[in-house]
Amino acid sequence: MLESFYPVTAIIFMTVLSMVFILFTACFYIFYISLLSVHRLYLTPHSLTNRYKVNKQMLNKKSLVAFLTIAIIGIAAMALGCTSPTPTATPLPNASPTAAPVSGTIKVVGSTSVQPYATDLSDKFTEKYPNAIAQVSGGGSGAGIKAAQDGTAQIGMSSRELTQAEKDSGLKETVIAYDGIAIVVNNANAVSDLTTAQIKDIFAGNITNWKDVGGSDAAITVVTREAGSGTRTAFQEIVMGKVNITTGAVVQSSTGGITQTVAGDRNAIGYISYGSLDNSVKALKVNGVVPSTSTIKDKTYKIQRPFLYVTKGEPTDAVARAFIAFTLSPEGQAILASGKLVTV
Amino acid sequence: MSEYSFTGKPVRKVVEKVIESSLLLCALSCILTIFLIILFIITQGMPIILKEGPVDFVLGTTWDPYNDIYNILPMIIGTFVVTLLSLAIAVPLGLGCAMLIAEVAPYQVRGIIRPAIETLAAIPSIIYGLFGLIVLVPFIRDYIVPFARDYIAWMPLVGDLVGAKGNGFGVLAAGVILAVMILPTIISISEDSLRAVPRELREGSLAIGATKWQMITGIVTPAALSGIIAGVVLGMGRAIGETMAVLMVAGNSPIIPTSLLSMTRPMTSAIVLEWNYATGDHQTALFAIGIVLLFVIMILNLIIYLGKRKKLNVARM
Repeated sequence: MLESFYPVTAIIFMTVLSMVFILFTACFYIFYISLLSVHRLYLTPHSLTNRYKVNKQMLNKKSLVAFLTIAIIGIAAMALGCTSPTPTATPLPNASPTAAPVSGTIKVVGSTSVQPYATDLSDKFTEKYPNAIAQVSGGGSGAGIKAAQDGTAQIGMSSRELTQAEKDSGLKETVIAYDGIAIVVNNANAVSDLTTAQIKDIFAGNITNWKDVGGSDAAITVVTREAGSGTRTAFQEIVMGKVNITTGAVVQSSTGGITQTVAGDRNAIGYISYGSLDNSVKALKVNGVVPSTSTIKDKTYKIQRPFLYVTKGEPTDAVARAFIAFTLSPEGQAILASGKLVTV
Repeated sequence: MSEYSFTGKPVRKVVEKVIESSLLLCALSCILTIFLIILFIITQGMPIILKEGPVDFVLGTTWDPYNDIYNILPMIIGTFVVTLLSLAIAVPLGLGCAMLIAEVAPYQVRGIIRPAIETLAAIPSIIYGLFGLIVLVPFIRDYIVPFARDYIAWMPLVGDLVGAKGNGFGVLAAGVILAVMILPTIISISEDSLRAVPRELREGSLAIGATKWQMITGIVTPAALSGIIAGVVLGMGRAIGETMAVLMVAGNSPIIPTSLLSMTRPMTSAIVLEWNYATGDHQTALFAIGIVLLFVIMILNLIIYLGKRKKLNVARM
């Protein structure tokens, strides 16, 4: 999304930066001049004494040195700013020397939830196979599945399971990772198990007291992520469906904000990515199932979704095959794991 | 004459020119920067205002990015409510403090209070936010909310204004944090303008038998009023523009705040809250909030500017 107006931002950023730099040097120069002139103003009547000479020279030298230093630092900073950010990643020791050289370009289209991960994967993929490019773009799971079906993209990305009709039409799904969401409450909360229906009612604002779900008599503080966040979008899709999250919910813009709020408020409930779970909050069982890597993988834990690559039958394109293989390799899975996903 | 070479005529002319042109450059770069920023914000945000319709955008009450509805009245009201509350807390406190430092306190006391206030101004806003989230929000939730529910809620008007339900986040927390943040601005500018009141006025009022308190409230404060107002307006500007601390304690639900304890989402928080993942129209709408915010701040600056032209006693900003 930022790419589209990146040049504009870059130009403005550089302009502002250079303005600030000019401003800074100009101010410094004026300061320097004013020092001299103040000196002159007060000391000129006695200017023929030796003290004045020495002082003035010292001042000159000091200021000059300072001025030059700052100018050099500024210019260096500007030069650094101008150079395009080069990827600093060190080339990985080529773990698989058998990696056959593939070349060509494929299109990977679909779910905006999978998109950021696929983009990361694509970057590393091109590092490994310099002649192969995977162009990743969004559009949503539906668009991805459709694109794979009619061949406009070699690989479609989906963050939902394929329907039976879609499977019957000859599409093949490859699970690349699972995205689990933990429902978290304060460690002091007596409730430890909720059904998905109860969770939906709580977040929709229909259940507002913990006593209605087996807890103490206290108002529920619903904590949610901001609109647009991947976790919220996933939660919305999996749990809420078409129902909106109540506007009475506290909105926090980060996982840290959610855990902090839930850890500090004994009546709060929130949701975070399973990969970010820690001891400061308590993860609820959902329909009696504890969230864990294994329950997410075997699909008994309900608040989760698979991330899929969808292809039309077995991919014939060499680049597409290499990209899928790369995603499933330890290297690719490590990239997904670093994004808080449960790997396959 | 060698040491005079710098002030010699031809050299002096060149130096003058250099100074003049660098001053011009300074002024121009400021103007250009502001111009670029305004241009950028407007070009980025205008499409959604036109799409939603300016009236709906500013006066509609629903903010629902999932259904592409972007109306920002709750945010505008949130900004004003939070700012007003912070002013209501900070102005009396700040003015009192300024009076104490400028008129009453002996030199040594001033030597302690002044640096303390300056330190207050130097604390980064995120620290205020953390303090608010860890200390203030739980305090309001555990003490103020039950108190309001048990002892204030029955009152006819005040009860509604304060509210009886809440989780600590909201207008009150944001207002208090902002009040602390704008105190230094208000105090230092008020103090300077109190100090700038001529000595003769003080001596005159004391000479005709006024007490010190009468002198401060009746003579010095009215004389310094324009400077004090400038300080308040500056503080208001800071309160409107503050983002991180408010974001952390306001609760951020996009509803119109109806009471002190209800949650709110001021404009600055609204932008930064959803910025990370916003795309398309959603992102444009956030820029459009920026336009409104810029507009409000510019009006405030205009007020200060017009006020200053009336030769206020603002010693320094």
